[in-house]
Amino acid sequence: MINNMRFRNASTGKKIFIILIQIVMLGYIVAILYPLFNMIMSSFKSTRDIIRTPLAFPTEFSFENYRFIWIEQNFGRYFLNSFLITLTSMIFVILFGSMAAFALSRYKFKLNTLTYMLFLSGIMLPLKAAVIPLFMIVKTLNIMNHPLSVTLVFIAMGIPSTVFILSGFMKTIPDALEQAARIDGCSELRIYSQIIMPICMPSIALVTIYNAVPIWNDFFFPLVFLRDNSYKTLPLGLQNFIGQYSTKWDLLFTGLCIAIVPMLIMYLFMSKYFIEGMTAGAVK
Amino acid sequence: MTAKFKKKLIKNLWIAFFILPGLSIVAIFILLPLFMSLFNSLFSWNQLIKVEYIGLENFHKLFTEYPYNVRFSNALGNNIKWFCCTALIQNSFGLLFGYCLSRKIAGSEIYKRIFFVPVLFSIIAVSFLWGLYLRPNGMINYILQDIGLGHLKRAWLGDGSIATYVIIAVNIWRWVGFPSLVFMTAIDNIPIECTEAAFLDGANEWQMFRKIVVPLIVPTITIIMVLTIIGSLNVFEQIYTMTGLDGSPNYATDTISTLFYRTAFGSVDSGAPEIGMGSAIAVIIYILTFFISILSIVINNKKEVKL
Repeated sequence: MINNMRFRNASTGKKIFIILIQIVMLGYIVAILYPLFNMIMSSFKSTRDIIRTPLAFPTEFSFENYRFIWIEQNFGRYFLNSFLITLTSMIFVILFGSMAAFALSRYKFKLNTLTYMLFLSGIMLPLKAAVIPLFMIVKTLNIMNHPLSVTLVFIAMGIPSTVFILSGFMKTIPDALEQAARIDGCSELRIYSQIIMPICMPSIALVTIYNAVPIWNDFFFPLVFLRDNSYKTLPLGLQNFIGQYSTKWDLLFTGLCIAIVPMLIMYLFMSKYFIEGMTAGAVK
Repeated sequence: MTAKFKKKLIKNLWIAFFILPGLSIVAIFILLPLFMSLFNSLFSWNQLIKVEYIGLENFHKLFTEYPYNVRFSNALGNNIKWFCCTALIQNSFGLLFGYCLSRKIAGSEIYKRIFFVPVLFSIIAVSFLWGLYLRPNGMINYILQDIGLGHLKRAWLGDGSIATYVIIAVNIWRWVGFPSLVFMTAIDNIPIECTEAAFLDGANEWQMFRKIVVPLIVPTITIIMVLTIIGSLNVFEQIYTMTGLDGSPNYATDTISTLFYRTAFGSVDSGAPEIGMGSAIAVIIYILTFFISILSIVINNKKEVKL
């Protein structure tokens, strides 16, 4: 392959460059993996050992810290809240987003371009700056301190990019398919749900990954809208727990593991889709 | 005539059925707040109650009256530091990594998977983790001591002159995989004829990068720059978790978003929420995001090369 960056047969300058870049890249890999490894190790150690010998292995593996945090510190509850909020938001992001994308890409009508631009503007506007009006809207709707408040904000946050990605994909589906179905007496709803949607499955997977990660990790909106402890999400629970135990490092590291490791495991299984999804979503 | 009209009506009803649910949510939660912010910034407020129309007085106060002017320019300065460091360091490394990954440098399959790992973690968890490591008695100082660089030990987040840069470094650690992979896919998508022709003509690696690859991925560079601008103006969680909502020490790490949050929900120095001032800051965030994005798109469009 003429296009590969190979060490063999390279000029001296290129060899030096390859060695340097390899050192930088390996250095970054170490800088990613070592802190994570250290975090997992620390979660099994006592606070005293973490401070005195931060780099040493734990002397014994006990899951007591995990039990304590999961049950007594409510992390089980936070985890469930995050899961339910992300799931509900994603269902509606995909449903409403794909419906709008379907109409925008498959029908010609007067306000088409304007509607499309309205959806797109949602990608550019920083939603954090809108928090005061959002606060007022949520108060008016009387859903303050209820999971519905963040769920609605998350749905709004996810729809613009979903419409953008899906309508781009749907435009590439040939028209003939849908015309044939229409002649056979298929209703518009069935064309959407049984013809177009199944074809779109790969890009639906992409949109799901692209939106679910930021929603699962979001901290800002739960911070503003959810005060009640029983409704808190994982990032919010982590924050309050850290304030509470600023000196118990063993518990802090355990809490961080609970927040980070599930993502890490999920990524190990889905890394291919993750990479394709995130990059394709951002480039288009 | 009526049959045609009926058919058109039915079609329009279907369009409305498909578009309205999504559009109404976006309209209520994204577009309406934009106009409400503009409107609210023109009034004086007593807690959550609108008092009177005062025109641009809130903006005037923000730029001229103590403590708002000092806090605001300080925070904006920090956002500019965020933008410069991120654009220069993170995006350059992103481009370099992306190029090498796309050219299938040895180990690229493993690199690209691991580089993306930190991108998936919540900012909160990453910031807390590094907050622990960067404490005076944390792992970083311990390692420095261990390898004989004890004189470099310091309170990384407690020293106002370096705290912002330390937080930026942590953020680059978390995020550099994102531009790397985006640039990688962009370079992968360059038609093979272009790169092959360049090689057959005897172009070396640097010429190849500078003359072929960079001009062809200008649109991607634009997207990454716009995302960097939006990201730099929205820095909040990193500060909130690593040095606190006040941007301590002594506002050294304060940013527009943390200042905005304090103004909107707990006030700059006194403790009461100030909706008018908060909305004025929000409007400035909107304007900055919008104009800088447009500007960078225009500048990049001039440099864009069409195949």
